Amino acid sequence: MRYLPLTAVERQDMLAKIGAASMDDLFLGIPADKRLPGLMELPAGRGEWDVERLLNGLSAQNKAAGDVPFFVGAGAYRHHIPASVDHLIQRSEFLTSYTPYQPEIAQGTLHYLFEFQTQVALLTGMEVANASMYDGSTATGEAVLMAHRLTRRARAVLSGTLHPHYRTVVETLSRMAGDDVEAMVPAIAGSSEDILAAIDADTSCVVVQSPSFYGEIIDLRPIAAKAHSVGALLIAVVSEAVSFGLVESPGALGADIVVAEGQSIGNSLNFGGPYVGLFATRQKFVRQMPGRLCGETVDADGRRSFVLTLSTREQHIRRDKATSNICTNSGLCCLAFTIHMALLGETGLKRLAHLNHAHAVRLADMLRDVKGVEVLNHSFFNEFTLRVPGDAATLVEALAQAGVLAGVPVSRLEPERPHLKDLLLVASSEMNSDDDRHRLVAAMKKVLA
Amino acid sequence: MNSEGRPTAPSQTTGISPARTFTANRALQQEEGLLFEIGRHDVTGVDLEEPAAFVPRLGGLERAGAIGLPGLSEPEAMRHYVRLSQKNYGIDSGLFPLGSCTMKHNPRLNEKMARLPGFADIHPLQPQSTVPGALALMEMLSHWLIEMTGMNAVALSPKAGAHGELCGMMAIKAALAARGEHERQVVLVPDSAHGTNPATAALIGFSVRSVPAGADGMVRADAVKAALDGDVAAIMLTNPNTCGLFEAEIVAIAAAVHEAGAYFYCDGANFNAIVGKARPGDLGVDAMHINLHKTFSTPHGGGGPGAGPVVLSAALAPFAPAPYLLRDGRGLRLVEDTARDGDHAPFGRLTAFHGQMGMYVRALSYMLSHGANGMKQASEDAVLNANYIRAGLSDLLTQPFGDQPCMHEVLFDDAWLKGTGLTTLDIAKALIDEGYHPMTIYFPLVAHGAMLIEPTESESKLSLDLFIATMRDLALAVRAGEKERFLSAPRLSPRRRLDETRAARQPVLRWKPRAPLPRDTD
Repeated sequence: MRYLPLTAVERQDMLAKIGAASMDDLFLGIPADKRLPGLMELPAGRGEWDVERLLNGLSAQNKAAGDVPFFVGAGAYRHHIPASVDHLIQRSEFLTSYTPYQPEIAQGTLHYLFEFQTQVALLTGMEVANASMYDGSTATGEAVLMAHRLTRRARAVLSGTLHPHYRTVVETLSRMAGDDVEAMVPAIAGSSEDILAAIDADTSCVVVQSPSFYGEIIDLRPIAAKAHSVGALLIAVVSEAVSFGLVESPGALGADIVVAEGQSIGNSLNFGGPYVGLFATRQKFVRQMPGRLCGETVDADGRRSFVLTLSTREQHIRRDKATSNICTNSGLCCLAFTIHMALLGETGLKRLAHLNHAHAVRLADMLRDVKGVEVLNHSFFNEFTLRVPGDAATLVEALAQAGVLAGVPVSRLEPERPHLKDLLLVASSEMNSDDDRHRLVAAMKKVLA
Repeated sequence: MNSEGRPTAPSQTTGISPARTFTANRALQQEEGLLFEIGRHDVTGVDLEEPAAFVPRLGGLERAGAIGLPGLSEPEAMRHYVRLSQKNYGIDSGLFPLGSCTMKHNPRLNEKMARLPGFADIHPLQPQSTVPGALALMEMLSHWLIEMTGMNAVALSPKAGAHGELCGMMAIKAALAARGEHERQVVLVPDSAHGTNPATAALIGFSVRSVPAGADGMVRADAVKAALDGDVAAIMLTNPNTCGLFEAEIVAIAAAVHEAGAYFYCDGANFNAIVGKARPGDLGVDAMHINLHKTFSTPHGGGGPGAGPVVLSAALAPFAPAPYLLRDGRGLRLVEDTARDGDHAPFGRLTAFHGQMGMYVRALSYMLSHGANGMKQASEDAVLNANYIRAGLSDLLTQPFGDQPCMHEVLFDDAWLKGTGLTTLDIAKALIDEGYHPMTIYFPLVAHGAMLIEPTESESKLSLDLFIATMRDLALAVRAGEKERFLSAPRLSPRRRLDETRAARQPVLRWKPRAPLPRDTD
């Protein structure tokens, strides 16, 4: 086996040194009747090319985004990733290192985590950010728990236009923890929901996504004002990190905690994971934050250095009193985010965001030509909601057969709300060409004819 | 992994200072500023077209002012991050015997496979009809995990080990609720458990009741029975345990737990010791997470991403969260809805989308490469290597529970340092100067000044011999009273000991501009 260095002779020598007669002697701690006789009923090992052939075969069965006009978003976005990003994250000192518990030989990881935390704080308009969560949805769940700790209340109000998967993650966690959640009925893009009326003196936090699941850009200021007036916190959710380059930061609009999905910068679609959750808040709340934090200090020679800090919040020290159970986070995805963001810089990020918005505006205008199709949004960044004639899922399936991945039918995430069956989310990025847009519009006209 | 009780500030340093250079660089070790110090506001390493003029539709919420993000050209970015990488120690750098973390070789084939466009460039919400190969891969991975563990079902979506624990404990909570037994609010956790176990239980409202380990490092069935009552929902037990031992009474413990109406959650962090040798399902386990980033070689990446699929017994399988795979007359599909459907009563959803596909591909690539024979051999080699280190050091170092065969990791304590003025931390730091990543220190808590060594199967005999010789040299230096070698260590690493107290007392968690931001030029 190509990954196992020991030879049969070496194994025998080592067993002799240990004083064991055979390999089986080393497993006598397992109760005799529970030891597996022989091999598991699984295939034997294969050479590298044989594994490649099998997995290439599975990969080839899937329709990759790059092969077709592609407009799918709803919380995961396809942007171009510079070649240098993937090269750098595969440097083996980054790829094969562990959590930086020995900071003297992990300054590389700690240094970029400090850069990552700073980038996230700047993007979100907040004072501090942690060293990442698993993804945007779990970051949202953790933010709600943090708000409960800070306010000593246990009732969260969720906007109806929060990503339905995020909503379900929060509801699952809250139900299990014995906390209350009130999820508003979705008020689709354009119309406004009466979230202010749901906020009262028992509310710990209000969770609002902007751009919303339906693409609408929400003015968080009145919600922040109402929340703060009753001692509740505003948690802002962003599922498309590129929007930070063009849309006002949640921090500037009054958010107390900002969580986001960072996938769209530096990370591939990967069929849903691994992604990277961003988590930022105010300095005064830092000791209730979940997750790892990297801080600056000096070494014994007085040189600037970085180290994981404030770990008395964490499970490995505080156990059942910890702010979260999270341990492993999204280290390498943070690195991809950080490098891509460093390459973009302010100039590149703003231009990228501007370009995305321009493409989406152009697409929205083109879609108005399709009979029976209506763009519902008043505002949007790079994704908007269409009302289509009939069932959006059927339309998407027909368009896929015609070679266009057109978007996400809302019913896929809201199966229990049949009145949303005619809604389709369509996203457009810098990756879409004019030809892509024309093919979408033409295919839609044909299928709907 | 645990750092409780260890010194957090550098001790008095009298060691050799680094050679002085004008740049503070030391040949290949280059001092590197922060991105915010070397980047510029008007530099970008990405060429993007300017769109034609159009009317924005941002609802008046356009971002005002500068963000403050510096940019780098591509050559600057390459140099910056390559230099940073050179300050890191990875598995490819040398022996990384971090107990409980299974730092095994990360095959590059896995990286290549995960980057195939049919896996990396597919969207979780494109029609399922366009991703049959992805679903087939998830089904194949599920089959391998179920077969290896002897369990009934697997929930793939948890994003890491602790997330897997959450999944398993939520399934237990749902199963108890389905039985109408809401009063069961206590979870038994041994003293030797990972911190994530009690933290997970507490996160969803359980209270934690501690179970002491016996004098030999094992949890006794009698101790568990004494702690069991009608309030207990589950036990969370790591097997093999964090002392590197297979829990001898695990079958009796499982029986007692089940008899009391509770469930058995097994922390699968140490599964690498027993793949192909024993199956958790045969031991009475109800739920166990599997760290794909430990046992199945997906890279740790400096702290993640991981993946923590959870295998479930028949009793818990119906409660697995959405999404789950279903093969029926309509073929194979992912059920993404949390609604009750036939035998399925999902407790909810743990994450958006479907979990860590990128990790599934890597783990399956590892499994296919090894096969049943290779994985059995890997576990045997992992255990052999740990025992070889034990045999090589047992005359000089001390073991908290006596010199007995271990599984894939060997636990030493600090009794051999008594009276020397040196601590476990000093030994760890001296190892850094010798070119090693230290072992796990101060964990598990049941051993005083613990040193937990897990070599994994990836080490050659030559590598182990040199490590043993190094540890022996250090131990003899301790005996000879060469304190300075330890107290001033590490001297040769990119940084020397850090002032952790200062980091925590005056937290500086981000870079801040010293001058006002440049004017926004857009």
